[in-house]
Amino acid sequence: MKNNKTNSRRKFLDNGLKISLVTAISGLGLSKLASKLNAQTENNSSGKMELMTTDGTIIQVDSSEVMEMDNSKKHEDYNIREGMPNRKFVMVIDLAKCKNALKCQTACNKHHYITGDNAWLKIYKMQESLDTAPYWMPTTCMHCDHPACVTVCPVDATFKRKDGLVLIDNERCIGCRFCMAACPYSTRVFNWSEPNQGEITMNMEMEHKTSNKSVEHAGLPSIKGTVDKCDFCPHAIKENELPHCVSACPNGVFYFGDKYEDTVTNGDETLRFSKLLKDKAGYRIMEGLGTEPSVYYLPPTDRLVNFEDGLKDYNEFQSVEKPE
Amino acid sequence: MKNYDKLISDLVPKKFGKLGVIWTSSLLVIIIIGIVAYIDQLIKGQVVTNMRDYALWGIYISNFVFFVATSFVGSVTVAILRLTHNEWRTPIVRIAEIITLAAIVMAGITIMIDMARPDRLLNLFIHARLQSPITWDVIIIPTSIAISFLLLYFPLIPDLAILKDHFKDESPFLSKWYGKLSLNWTGSKAQKAIQTKSIQIIALMIIPISLILQTVDAWLFSTTYRIGWDSTNMGAYFISGAFVAGIGALITVIYVVRRVYKLENYITEFHFDKLGKLLVLACLTYLYFNINEYLIPVFTAKKGELEHLDVLFTGHYAFLFWFVIIGGLIIPSIVLLFKKGRKPLPMFIIGLVVVIASWWKRYLIVTPTLLHPFMPIQGVPESWHHYFPSIHEWLITLATLAMALLIITMLVRYLPVIPIQKTADEQELLKNVKNTKS
Repeated sequence: MKNNKTNSRRKFLDNGLKISLVTAISGLGLSKLASKLNAQTENNSSGKMELMTTDGTIIQVDSSEVMEMDNSKKHEDYNIREGMPNRKFVMVIDLAKCKNALKCQTACNKHHYITGDNAWLKIYKMQESLDTAPYWMPTTCMHCDHPACVTVCPVDATFKRKDGLVLIDNERCIGCRFCMAACPYSTRVFNWSEPNQGEITMNMEMEHKTSNKSVEHAGLPSIKGTVDKCDFCPHAIKENELPHCVSACPNGVFYFGDKYEDTVTNGDETLRFSKLLKDKAGYRIMEGLGTEPSVYYLPPTDRLVNFEDGLKDYNEFQSVEKPE
Repeated sequence: MKNYDKLISDLVPKKFGKLGVIWTSSLLVIIIIGIVAYIDQLIKGQVVTNMRDYALWGIYISNFVFFVATSFVGSVTVAILRLTHNEWRTPIVRIAEIITLAAIVMAGITIMIDMARPDRLLNLFIHARLQSPITWDVIIIPTSIAISFLLLYFPLIPDLAILKDHFKDESPFLSKWYGKLSLNWTGSKAQKAIQTKSIQIIALMIIPISLILQTVDAWLFSTTYRIGWDSTNMGAYFISGAFVAGIGALITVIYVVRRVYKLENYITEFHFDKLGKLLVLACLTYLYFNINEYLIPVFTAKKGELEHLDVLFTGHYAFLFWFVIIGGLIIPSIVLLFKKGRKPLPMFIIGLVVVIASWWKRYLIVTPTLLHPFMPIQGVPESWHHYFPSIHEWLITLATLAMALLIITMLVRYLPVIPIQKTADEQELLKNVKNTKS
């Protein structure tokens, strides 16, 4: 009797277990099926998508075919010396539009906390010969693909990245100034004395030390006895923003972009990089040296502004407004 | 016996007179002032110099090039004259070796003065990149220092043994040190064989090494795009320039040492005559490369090149340029063609002018080029358009020159300036000594 009782109870428990297992499995299967069905209906409802191919034509693709890839624009983590993967930054400077407003320089000085007498970004007053027209020519670092400065650096303090940028490791530079002698564009400046960037320096140092990810942010403090120069604002690019000179220019002189994407923008209009160069006869400074700069110029033809307008802002001697 | 003793007493280093003490202490004062100026430069940064973003190198670099050039003398007189069996070289080689060592050591120090971050010196080794001409300098300068030291030291060993005996009673302290440095030299056949072989190897080695040293120095400039530097002429131009600077320095030092130590019987007018001819050869060779460097470019001068040459020929640097070319090369070549011009005193004056001109020559190689970059100089203070060394730069540079002279002075004070053993061997005095002994 006792035996019988326990037997039936065991049977009951056994069956119950089996049933619950079956329901669990079937439930799982059902939910999976349901989710699949759901997904199909979702895709079907969104229909076709319009996409642009690399050569610029618009095509329609069924959206079910579209998959999200690694977004190349996200640069959360990358090697500072290697640069942002799969990018190649270029700049186009339209000399026809420049009237020496100097806003680019002011913005650059401000965001890089430049305290020396020599700005990173310069606007040259140019005239090739007596018979040719004068023009204003802003210059940044050319970020050459064959950078003379990098070749001669004895300690790899200045380096070329895959994304096109030529940068300086101020913690490593020994201050020999060979790179300055090598650069044909006279773009490099030296911290002859203590830069005295004031409180800013402290904040920057704090930021630099806490967020170990980015060496690249505006004005990593300048260091006495080391070289500085235009850095193409990687701290801004990283946040999908334009370099400070580009966004500060009131005349849309500077275009910045990615050569691989073949687009450049000055903030107002976005243009096809290769077409722009072809249409407006783009060139690079001292192409003959073979330095392969990343900065292109559009000749000062059909100018929208008078050269003379810029003269009122022209100042031979003092280029850097000291921060207060 | 008597002759041999006289030789030793003539040639052993002697204590300085009053003049020597004044000379040495004034060198020391100049050096101390220079060190103070350098410490100030370390604290304030290179803002104390007159170098700026355009004139980014100044007399530190040209002074460095001068020292490197002067160090070439050891290679020319010692090694080349040895390999070409010019036996007249014996009384002058020691002084040449001393100048070489002093100059190359000072070159190493001077280049560090130009570094704005000497605290990061080790980066040159930790992060060294072989493609940079500075790394080549980092390799070749210590090598040259080592080889120059050995070139001085190996032939010195027998003399040190002689000095050990000589100073046994007079100064036991000095004698002890000479003895230690003489590495138990006894003059045995086996020792002599080793010594001769070692000297031969070093003499062979120093020729390529000093040629590389001069050329690397030239490549510091010619690996850039700059007008006036970007020239395939630079290597040979620097080597021949070093030939001039080195021989000039040698003649000057020899004249002074000869007078102070009264060595007229050992360094005779014959030696000055020979050195004078060597200097003419050097000046004419250098003149040839100067024509290549300055005159030929005039014919095809591009705009920038012409501007650069104008500044040298008729512009801001014209006085210095023509002083160097005429005073430092043409006049010496002409004067030294005459036998009367190769007498000691005129040679001394010419040697001094040649050395001074050589120093300014390096200044002319470095400075004008930097002030004529491809892009116009704009947007910087007016003073950045020019360069003339600041007081700090002068004090520090004078101190480096004084330091080189002090090294020479000290070595001349404690080492025999004319190889005793070799002179004795050549005069076969020792043989006589042995004969009388046995």
